[in-house]
Amino acid sequence: MSADALYQEIILDHYRRPHHKGLRAPYDIEVHHTNPTCGDEITLRVRLRGSGDETVVEDVSYDGDGCSISQASTSIMADLLVGATVAEGLEVEAEFHRLMLGLGQVAPDVDRLADAVALAGVARYPARVKCALLGWLAWKDAVVQVLGTRPATGEPTP
Amino acid sequence: MTQASASPGTGGAPGYDVEAVRKDFPALDRLVHGDRPLVYLDSAATSQKPRAVLEAVEDFYLRHNANVHRGVHTLAEEATGLYEQARDSVARFINAPDRDTVVFTKNSTEAINLVAFTMMLADPPYRVGPGDEILVTEMEHHSNLVPWQLLAQRTGARLRWLGITDSGRLDLSRLDELLTPATTIVAVVHVSNILGTINPVTEIARRAHEVGALVLVDASQSAPHLPLDVSTLGADLVAFTGHKMCAPTGIGVLWGRREVLEALPPFLGGGEMIDTVTMESATYAALPHKYEAGTPPIAEAIGLGAAVTYLTGVGMPAIAAHEHQVTAYALGALAELPGLRIIGPSTPVDRGSAVSFVMDGIHPHDVGQLLDFAGVAVRVGHHCARPVCSRFGLPSTTRASFGLYTTTGEVDALVAGLRRVREVFG
Repeated sequence: MSADALYQEIILDHYRRPHHKGLRAPYDIEVHHTNPTCGDEITLRVRLRGSGDETVVEDVSYDGDGCSISQASTSIMADLLVGATVAEGLEVEAEFHRLMLGLGQVAPDVDRLADAVALAGVARYPARVKCALLGWLAWKDAVVQVLGTRPATGEPTP
Repeated sequence: MTQASASPGTGGAPGYDVEAVRKDFPALDRLVHGDRPLVYLDSAATSQKPRAVLEAVEDFYLRHNANVHRGVHTLAEEATGLYEQARDSVARFINAPDRDTVVFTKNSTEAINLVAFTMMLADPPYRVGPGDEILVTEMEHHSNLVPWQLLAQRTGARLRWLGITDSGRLDLSRLDELLTPATTIVAVVHVSNILGTINPVTEIARRAHEVGALVLVDASQSAPHLPLDVSTLGADLVAFTGHKMCAPTGIGVLWGRREVLEALPPFLGGGEMIDTVTMESATYAALPHKYEAGTPPIAEAIGLGAAVTYLTGVGMPAIAAHEHQVTAYALGALAELPGLRIIGPSTPVDRGSAVSFVMDGIHPHDVGQLLDFAGVAVRVGHHCARPVCSRFGLPSTTRASFGLYTTTGEVDALVAGLRRVREVFG
């Protein structure tokens, strides 16, 4: 594998100009995740709208410090998940997770992952997989926490 | 042809034949990513191993394998002899006046934990209890910080520390204030694994002894690179690890002054560390076996013995001079790269061969990954010294670290790789 294959232009673009970056209010929950082996950190906020199966990710905002892989991955993730239903978002997260843990042997679901497919090469570098997953795991943690505080068919957040 | 161009890219000290040294290290001939010659600049993480060490380990397993200090049969005698000869070799290497004060441990971490744990249970004056003070520095590797945090938490002692100056030196201006009659132990790193700084441990030890404190020196990054003489260093206890000095993993050393090691209680209990045992209690073996419970890492210790014999053959003063020149060359070359900042002393004065740096706008992980594509192996992250990174407001750095086999040509490869990193990230 070459440097160009790992560091695709789309990754460098997201790294230089990350989408949805910066912490915004209102939000339902804020989580802080770290990658202790490399010192990368992310603070991520999630705002949900609606209830039950119709719960939608209204906003994902974040700030943090990390390598191009972790920053681009979080930026691409926010693009994919903002506006999606939580159920769709969790499916995308699961698919991305599967790709990252696939050691480069897993064919990505291009329709579902869209730009995140550009990160497929990371799976061949186990030391970097946790960089790519940092923002996703933070998002999933945040969403699970919010849903855990709501009744299954609860009222919309005010 | 000038003399310099007669041996391009080798550099180092006059008369030091780095190419001959490199031939002793098979791993240095490797290619990575297809056709890229390996440029191994991660010796501060672990050194490569010379053939002499690998052969000593293999010879032990092929011909002499037995447990030590157990049997009367031929192989047991041979194994015990080789294991104890390794202790003699290490004692000579660090100029220990007494070979029984060389204790084999798993690594530096275990050696330091041995001291920190047993001080909790020791009799005065070595006992650490409520109101006592433990002095460390902001420059410590986690292995010489967390054991002392645990000791403070477990005993009610107070953990204090010396800070770091902007230029990456220990800030000694508060040393007199921080050393008090309550200071029981001063634990300080000899050479920083992240900044490269060589600390004035002898002077620190002298002042610590004036208040009656014990002094432990973490020599993990000095033993492989500088002549280490525990008889003049001033420390009461010295810890270092084999794998950074050409030996296998799984073997380290705690050296201590005899009166200190005799006064501290046992650490791990088990076989080998006893004198007699009844169902109710035991009496303990004399040094060094008091601290070597259970079957030790025999082959690894023999490997360490071979490693220090190898290093002595090359010559520690010559290795130090060579690495000093390579480091000076690297500091000069890195300083010319735009947007690169060295974290730690920027001159080779009182400086070891680990060089940390950051590049504007490019995360160290990306630097390390792109260098790897060019065959250049460096370490990225906080280098198990997160407080140092925090001190400089950084989550992490890239670190190139050199050894007895490093050439200035490899430094050139690093610099070329970093120029390429800058091209990719713009």
